[in-house]
Amino acid sequence: MQDTFPLKTPTQTRMSGAGMALRRFYSDLRREPLGHAGFIVIMILILAAVFAPLLAPYPAARQSLGEALQSPSAQHWLGTDEFGRDILSRLIWGAQITMRTVLSVSAIVGPVGLMIGITAGYFGGRTDAILMRFTDVVLSFPSLVLALAFAAALGAGLNTAIIAISLTAWPPIARLARAEALVVRNTDYVAAARIYGASHLRLLLLYIAPMCVPSVVVRLTLNMATITLTAASLGFLGLGAQPPMPEWGAMISAGRRFMLDQWWVAVMPGFAILITSLAFNVLGDAMRDILDPRHTRG
Amino acid sequence: MTMIDVQDFHVRFRSRKTETHVVRGIDLRVARGECVGIVGESGCGKSTVLRCLVGLEGGWTGHVSLNGKPVRPERQKEDLRAAQMVFQDPFGSLHPRHRIGRALSEPARCMGLPHGRERIAAALSEVGLPAEFADRFPHELSGGQRQRVAIARALIVEPALLLLDEPTSALDVSVQAEILNLLSDRREERNLTYLLVSHDLSVVAHMCDRIFVMQHGVFVDELSPEDIGAGRANHPYAQHLITASLLGDAA
Repeated sequence: MQDTFPLKTPTQTRMSGAGMALRRFYSDLRREPLGHAGFIVIMILILAAVFAPLLAPYPAARQSLGEALQSPSAQHWLGTDEFGRDILSRLIWGAQITMRTVLSVSAIVGPVGLMIGITAGYFGGRTDAILMRFTDVVLSFPSLVLALAFAAALGAGLNTAIIAISLTAWPPIARLARAEALVVRNTDYVAAARIYGASHLRLLLLYIAPMCVPSVVVRLTLNMATITLTAASLGFLGLGAQPPMPEWGAMISAGRRFMLDQWWVAVMPGFAILITSLAFNVLGDAMRDILDPRHTRG
Repeated sequence: MTMIDVQDFHVRFRSRKTETHVVRGIDLRVARGECVGIVGESGCGKSTVLRCLVGLEGGWTGHVSLNGKPVRPERQKEDLRAAQMVFQDPFGSLHPRHRIGRALSEPARCMGLPHGRERIAAALSEVGLPAEFADRFPHELSGGQRQRVAIARALIVEPALLLLDEPTSALDVSVQAEILNLLSDRREERNLTYLLVSHDLSVVAHMCDRIFVMQHGVFVDELSPEDIGAGRANHPYAQHLITASLLGDAA
């Protein structure tokens, strides 16, 4: 057949696939005011964490006992704690700890959950049963209790907290990825790939994983709120980052003693935690609306 | 020379307690360069036959030779290369996140064949598409264009046999004819063998040299295109099918 097709000229210059997807994602996000606000808050936090040495008015551990427990003022915008340390500076430095925890946990949990989930979903049968029962077992551990056990075994610290949270945070991701893989493995394009002899590894990594990534990313973003809270709880219990590190949960814990007379010592880090987890939540919700076509807004 | 030789072919699907005997003993011999059709109602097992022959389903018994080489339910790569398949739904048969160029280079890469840009461009031009389509994603193509890509993908590993599972039933009528003509042209050019499954008698009559009528997992009749044109059949079910399709055309 020699017929020719009316050639649609590409409407825009072609960028790389990832760049184009990101740009489209951001323009979609701008139409969701709440999600966009969450995105901006997260960006501010990341910038604060990265540029903490430049932004923080005082070093995080600078003590000045003469200025202890001062209320918010022009000099100390958010007041000072019991050692006269500037709370705003400590919050900015603390953003580093929170962001490091959140990103490390996500970087561990995302790939692990994705691989376990798609392997179970793709192979099915016995592989699926073994992997999913294992997932159920892990899912039944409360992460705080496991972190307690971990801290007892390895000593409390930020890295222990990251490992403990990671150990309990991957099962929901794995279940999600498995559910997606179950759908994708029965599609015609996977059947076609099997007929032209694509190996199992190739099918998993190049055919099935890309289809599961968007929902995993959404789930990870929503998880980040939980991770923030769990990390703060561990700090509060004295099992996460250790003093004098300016970890937000630990700051609340220290400020508890002055709650009635010097409320700002505990409330300011509490606000930081609240705003951060709220921002992750609304961003995750907006991403779900954008990336997951099955989830339509009511 | 025999391209497909199938004898005493059974397919049983087992679930925990029940066993469904989907294909109940068929024999099929197709010569090289021939186009053979299988027609029948939904669920009669015609698509299952294709999926078993191409190596997607394993639960069959019997003797099957493709291109003179006996094959077993578990396939080796060389066996896979002998037969490729074109699927019914052009919207589901291309990976939504792979560009067309990638969709075409993957089979060649997996089979260890050349898969450079020139090879992809040649494969596209063979199905009447310009080389620039390699940079597009499937969602930027129409149904007919996607089906052309699916045909190019099947042809790029140079199979001797093409299994067509209702290749036009998801397309609108004007595009159907283009795709059927494309398939006929490629067959003449490469001396391909086709096994075409359809429920559309006019498509089968247009394309095929011989037509098998399938019901409840067995072939009940063998017809020629002329038989269908004349409304002749030996078996009552085949007669019924022809009459129904004539009525459908008239309506």
